[in-house]
Amino acid sequence: MSHGFGAALKVDDGKPRLPGSLHLNRRLSQWLHVRADGVVEVKPGKVELGQGILTALAQIAADELDVAPERIRIISVVTPDSPDEAVTSGSLSVQDSGSAIRHASADARRIFLSVAAQRSGVAFEAVTVTDGDFIGPHGKIGSYWQFGDAGLLEVEASPEARAKPMEARRLVGISAPRRDLPGKLHGAPAYVHDLRLPGMLHARIIRPNARGAVLEALADGPLPGDARLVRDGNFLAVLASTEWDAEAAATRIATRAQWQEAVTLPEQAQLADWLRDAATRGERKVTEERDADIPAAVHRLKRSFHRPYLAHASIGPSCAVARFDGDRVEVFSHTQGPYNLRTDIAKTLRCAPEKVIVRHMEGAGCYGHNGADDVALEAVLIARAAEGKPVRLLWSRADELGWAPFSPAMLVDIEASAAADGSLLGWHAEVISNGHSGRPGRSPVPTLLAASQLAEPFPVQPSINPPLAAGGGAERNAIPGYRIPKLHVATTRLLDMPIRTSALRGLGATLNVWAVESVMDEMAALVGEDPLTYRLRHLDDARGRAVLEKVAGMAGWQGRETREGFGFGIAYARYKNTGAYAAVIAEVEARERIFCRRLWIAGDCGEVVNPDGAANQLEGGAIHGASIALVEEVRFDRQRITSDSWESFPILRFSEVPKVDVALINRPEAPFLGAGEASLAPTIAAIAGGIHAALGARPRQLPFSAENIAKAG
Amino acid sequence: MTSFTLNGADVILDLPDHATLLHALRGPLGLSSPRFGCGAEQCGSCMVLLDGKPAYACALGMDAVAGRKIVTVEGLGSDGAPHSLQAAFVAEQAGQCGYCLSGMLISAAALLAANPDPDEDAIRTAMEPHLCRCGSHNRIIRAIRRAAREMAA
Repeated sequence: MSHGFGAALKVDDGKPRLPGSLHLNRRLSQWLHVRADGVVEVKPGKVELGQGILTALAQIAADELDVAPERIRIISVVTPDSPDEAVTSGSLSVQDSGSAIRHASADARRIFLSVAAQRSGVAFEAVTVTDGDFIGPHGKIGSYWQFGDAGLLEVEASPEARAKPMEARRLVGISAPRRDLPGKLHGAPAYVHDLRLPGMLHARIIRPNARGAVLEALADGPLPGDARLVRDGNFLAVLASTEWDAEAAATRIATRAQWQEAVTLPEQAQLADWLRDAATRGERKVTEERDADIPAAVHRLKRSFHRPYLAHASIGPSCAVARFDGDRVEVFSHTQGPYNLRTDIAKTLRCAPEKVIVRHMEGAGCYGHNGADDVALEAVLIARAAEGKPVRLLWSRADELGWAPFSPAMLVDIEASAAADGSLLGWHAEVISNGHSGRPGRSPVPTLLAASQLAEPFPVQPSINPPLAAGGGAERNAIPGYRIPKLHVATTRLLDMPIRTSALRGLGATLNVWAVESVMDEMAALVGEDPLTYRLRHLDDARGRAVLEKVAGMAGWQGRETREGFGFGIAYARYKNTGAYAAVIAEVEARERIFCRRLWIAGDCGEVVNPDGAANQLEGGAIHGASIALVEEVRFDRQRITSDSWESFPILRFSEVPKVDVALINRPEAPFLGAGEASLAPTIAAIAGGIHAALGARPRQLPFSAENIAKAG
Repeated sequence: MTSFTLNGADVILDLPDHATLLHALRGPLGLSSPRFGCGAEQCGSCMVLLDGKPAYACALGMDAVAGRKIVTVEGLGSDGAPHSLQAAFVAEQAGQCGYCLSGMLISAAALLAANPDPDEDAIRTAMEPHLCRCGSHNRIIRAIRRAAREMAA
């Protein structure tokens, strides 16, 4: 059984420990298939989200097997054949899947080589592998391909298999180009959006005109072409042979539908007050407690930080294709968790999970639990009315920005105390937030959007937080990485959930890292110390110190110029306190509003499989962070989300995007730590520091708009 | 009936008034490179060349393209003979998910046709209509500069 939070969360099941997701998916044939025609199929349970994971996994397999990378063919996840690696999230793909594939490949190499050595009478130790050929002292004695399709991998992985020593790796640690990019640059079909099946119909959704609205009446009227309505309770869709008729029909039906609206959303202008009020009815847990006898404090700070709901805002709206064959349904989806999606579709249809086949195909870039799962269920529901024809459902931009799960609004209160010389003594933090995971597959009832809109609806459950051992949700990075003798961190999960919330890149770290770093900056200022020096003297982790020192060197922190209207900020975090290290310096320009002009990032992701890929992730995460810091905010009135276009939910454009320098500290001897999320939160924090340097104000509320900075302390 | 030129070939289509050029390209014409992002001229994913100038295919009715020349990424270059921009985007690994890249290539091609040696500001201005959520902007800028250098060489 999958616990669903990534295999990095150790499972104690009494079985010999195998690396990563291999522990829960122990047969080698689940991961690898060697074909007689000279191809190795690698079958990860993690999926491509735009992060380049498949390129990195192919490098690992090719290196360990000693075959040319061109021989590796990655098989996208399909249930039930692929290993169940739960969700592709949390920057765990290389840890979970890469570790598994490395070990499985090493074991496969050993098995094939043993058979070849035995047959030829050459000692196992005397055989080397060159692009899949087995070479003995007197020449070739065989190859993988000779034993391809022979079932040699129908065994459990051996815990004794040993991956190559670091110095023997040839393909891991180099910047192999992305395998998917050339096709995408030539217009080849690449995404589920591009899937065209014979007889395929097109569908669109007609959303309620308010959250929780009930359909009262639907006027009759003609529809374009062969478009027809599909309805189940408050779930309304159209189905047509062409996209243009489906879109036009959806527009017409929207004008004919009469909805009974309800006031279900908080007052946005008082969102922080709403969070505090809802917290009185929430579930409070102590996240971390450290007791110590501390001397009387000389310096004290008490600060609150607040962030709005955030949207995923993928460039391509969510899309899925579904097709029924009798009582079996096949759905093509850009989900992050094919098995978890399967579970929730089956729960909604009240059928066995085996009746649902989920095939992963790429979507536009995914930064967390977006609409991918919701659209897949909706496509299935509509396909029930399509007599076995495939149905392609594409969300509108307004669906994507208005109805996908959001990252929850949050509040954190911090009280910190320090001795006369600034040494931190005590830290008290209270985090208030809805849960950061409403992912499918983990709750007794389906969590997908349409499940609550059906004629026989499923109740909506308040979202949960992943356990702290998996990085936590709202509490992610709420425990400072600095040396603090006395500490109390608590997290209150809200049980009221007016807006459906789930995971977005960084989860609670987007707020917590900025809050911690802002207090560090302010405490440093109280004792007249440089922010870098102050951090370094509270940081025992040598790898953390190394990224801070590295980034300071890159940006010339010590010799930085003071220019009117400009400022530099510095920030640091180890993602989840167990993942990758990142230190960021931001140069900020304050004009009529704030611009981030430059970013310097130093990262330590442990062993780096693909340096350019990791740098791309750190850079992309930082630009995402800059966008969150400066402009992003989900807006709503009391009935509906109003920020449902790129005009009302802007993200940074080319003229606003900072230049970025990235340096990686590669540690080939150390475990993989992931790269996708490490830089995002420190970037927000560094920008806040830059704003203070430029304007003398410390922002307390995201985004750092002129209006919110005016409220700053 | 609407006739126009698509990537150098003559095309005749009979679509209703509510169909857009993007519907036509992705539907009966079977192309994948022009992508739907917003349907509101705000993201640039659907950008094509209309008589050599970038245009939002999601907002063009069939009337608007009658007799015109449309070029999509499929018409910029081929696997065997890529456009300098396509090669440069690979060289700079300018992308993550890649969903926005078709539109980016189109505007970059129009920019380089009009200005063979654009500075960074000119590139940022030309690319302003295009959104990228993965944060590949700086790589895209470098790729366009590389393509400009290679086209001048």
